[in-house]
Amino acid sequence: MNGDIVAINFPFIVVALLLALGFYTIGFKRNLIKVVIGVEILEGAVNMFLVALGYSKGGYAPIYTLAPKESLNNMVLPTPQALTLTSIVIGVAVSALMLAFAVNLYKHYGTLDVTRMRRLRG
Amino acid sequence: MSNLPALMIAVPLFGAFTTPLLKKRYQLASLWAIIITGVSVILSLLLAQEVMDKGIVMYVFGADNANLVLPSGYKVPIRIMFEIDAMGVFMAISATLMSFIGALYSYSHVKMETGLEKYYALLQLLEVGILGMVLTGDLFNLFVFLEIAGIAGSALVGFRNYRGEASEAGIKYLIVSSVASLMVLFSIGLLYGQYGNLNMAYLSRQIGFNTVDMIALGLLFTSFAMKCGAVPMHYWVPDAYTEVPAGINPPLLVATYASLYALFRVSFSLFATITWNMARVGWAMSIIGVLTMFIGVTMALVQHDVKRLMSYHAISQTGYMLLGVGVGLTVLHDPQALASYGRDAMAGGVFHIINHIIYKSLLLMTAGALFYVTGTRDLNKMGGLARKMPYTTIAFIVGAAAISGLPPFNGFASKFLIYETSYRLNPLLAVFAMVTSVLTLASFVKVFASAFLGPPLEKFEGAKEVPKPMIVAMLILAALCILFGLFPNVVLDKLVYPAVDALIKFAQYQTWGGLA
Amino acid sequence: MNFTLLSPSGFWNPLLWIAFLIIFAIIGYIIYARGNPGYKKNTEQVKPYLSGNAEPSKEEIMVRAGDIYWGFLEALKGYYDVLKTMHTGDMRDYILWYLGVGAIILFLLVGGV
Repeated sequence: MNGDIVAINFPFIVVALLLALGFYTIGFKRNLIKVVIGVEILEGAVNMFLVALGYSKGGYAPIYTLAPKESLNNMVLPTPQALTLTSIVIGVAVSALMLAFAVNLYKHYGTLDVTRMRRLRG
Repeated sequence: MSNLPALMIAVPLFGAFTTPLLKKRYQLASLWAIIITGVSVILSLLLAQEVMDKGIVMYVFGADNANLVLPSGYKVPIRIMFEIDAMGVFMAISATLMSFIGALYSYSHVKMETGLEKYYALLQLLEVGILGMVLTGDLFNLFVFLEIAGIAGSALVGFRNYRGEASEAGIKYLIVSSVASLMVLFSIGLLYGQYGNLNMAYLSRQIGFNTVDMIALGLLFTSFAMKCGAVPMHYWVPDAYTEVPAGINPPLLVATYASLYALFRVSFSLFATITWNMARVGWAMSIIGVLTMFIGVTMALVQHDVKRLMSYHAISQTGYMLLGVGVGLTVLHDPQALASYGRDAMAGGVFHIINHIIYKSLLLMTAGALFYVTGTRDLNKMGGLARKMPYTTIAFIVGAAAISGLPPFNGFASKFLIYETSYRLNPLLAVFAMVTSVLTLASFVKVFASAFLGPPLEKFEGAKEVPKPMIVAMLILAALCILFGLFPNVVLDKLVYPAVDALIKFAQYQTWGGLA
Repeated sequence: MNFTLLSPSGFWNPLLWIAFLIIFAIIGYIIYARGNPGYKKNTEQVKPYLSGNAEPSKEEIMVRAGDIYWGFLEALKGYYDVLKTMHTGDMRDYILWYLGVGAIILFLLVGGV
């Protein structure tokens, strides 16, 4: 039984690990690119969480074309997948903008060290 | 006119995607932006008229009727809906008005920069993000528009890409806003996983007291508190407000308060069942409010960069709103206290939002005018500019008097309500609020004395008043400051009390104004 | 139309306030007008007297923004030192503060006090 619980909750355990990893990377890495990667990891965690929520055992994809008979009343609601797709698209925009800022910062500051990007403070 | 809510989003979005076509024709692009934002001001006023007449306006995308269910008889709202009550329309008016002012001011403020067609496109995209956040009735939609506002806002913060500091502020704002929005999405997932729906009104009727709901509330609360610049998560505010071109400051300010709106919406409408029974949510909001206003204003006193000083004041004034609404939230479960002072406390907090948006935009734009003329933001290097820039000086005096709560300007009316009502909850809260007000006046006396007064300096011998579009934008806001100050009860009755009642009477929101 | 803002235990009428302001401004002006009119512009009279020394240039003696409230800041030095160390300007700290506050709020909500 114990093994089953772990198996069912495995995606959520991975989500928790990824969240922790993402926050660790943002909070304690000095390289700006690594901080950006941390945000990406967080995004991955949240997307995985949404997809894992949408999984229901024995469900069918909600595509009516050529659908097998037994799937008719057994289709999953595609909302979580739609949410994940939207969130991925937004994530791409965010990471593109972050990397563009990183390039520009490297041009002006000559470094990617976060501890030296502190001209604005106090 | 039944498609008014969709037009509110569609018009600025159309503007945002057509403006980049005017490549290299910067003057045309800015005129186009002014027209589009002007049209959306009119639309928001029409929408306000409709909401005040008919109550909550429902708009469903892809169907005629909000009550329409699936063919299989699955009776839950599945479509994306806009649910517009008086609070949403109140924020929408602020957003459209400030985008218009920002576009007007930018016409000459950023004339010397390049890439302006993208600037105006992003300005309108920012407006789309804010309007979507305040009008929507769908949680996921809220996340999408939050991200749109965040991306457009941070791209504008980093607009002056020849300055390293601008990129630094841009990436700081972007990381903060994307982490906050990801956590918002995570808690949306928590709620969706339990109740299988994303409609706020539907969810708010299902939410109970279990631990997962509490975690979702906590995450949403903290994320939106960070996005609206509450202490101690306010560090991005001075960075972003300082580096952004002054014409973007008004819409960026409204974007911050759209997050504050989302915080109120979450605490009052979505989690009404929990906050109704737990006064400690209201206490948390009030205490964060007091911390925010006090730490914000004490940090402002030591600044010598004029825009940075004003951004710390923006933080401190956010504290007033959190305090006012927090007092209301604390006594929400007690009808007697709510009637005797809770409702007025919330009215003070909500009224302070629009007052603050008006006078802080005015002040940040005068700071932009100082930068335009002197080429520096350092107060130590300015002096004696009052005679050179008479209109800017008048606008600054009005704004500074309003933010310090001097009668008869608009800041006084809302602060007056907040002082009195927070005193009823706990006298210590009112003491902090008043000390903050005094310190605010003190730091604006410092700005006035060092930038405008003093002997005329030789290096500013040739300084001239700023161009007309900037003066017009500043004088419109100064006039609004005085009007709102002279007739506070008119604004309160027409805009603010309906908004407060929309928050308090959450049952009406939950049933879509009686439709479901 | 009624222009009085009623609050829980008081009222606020800006127009009345303005009326009083005008009355007091007139009284003030009357007092001012009775003063000694011995002030003459563009004479020796308007120059500052610094024990007979020549007046330094304006830029030199200007009070700068950084000098205002020096005493206030000196008195609250301990408080400001704490604040200065909080505002590191490091973008990673922004997120760490978020985590800290989130933990406190979650504790308040879930753990109960």
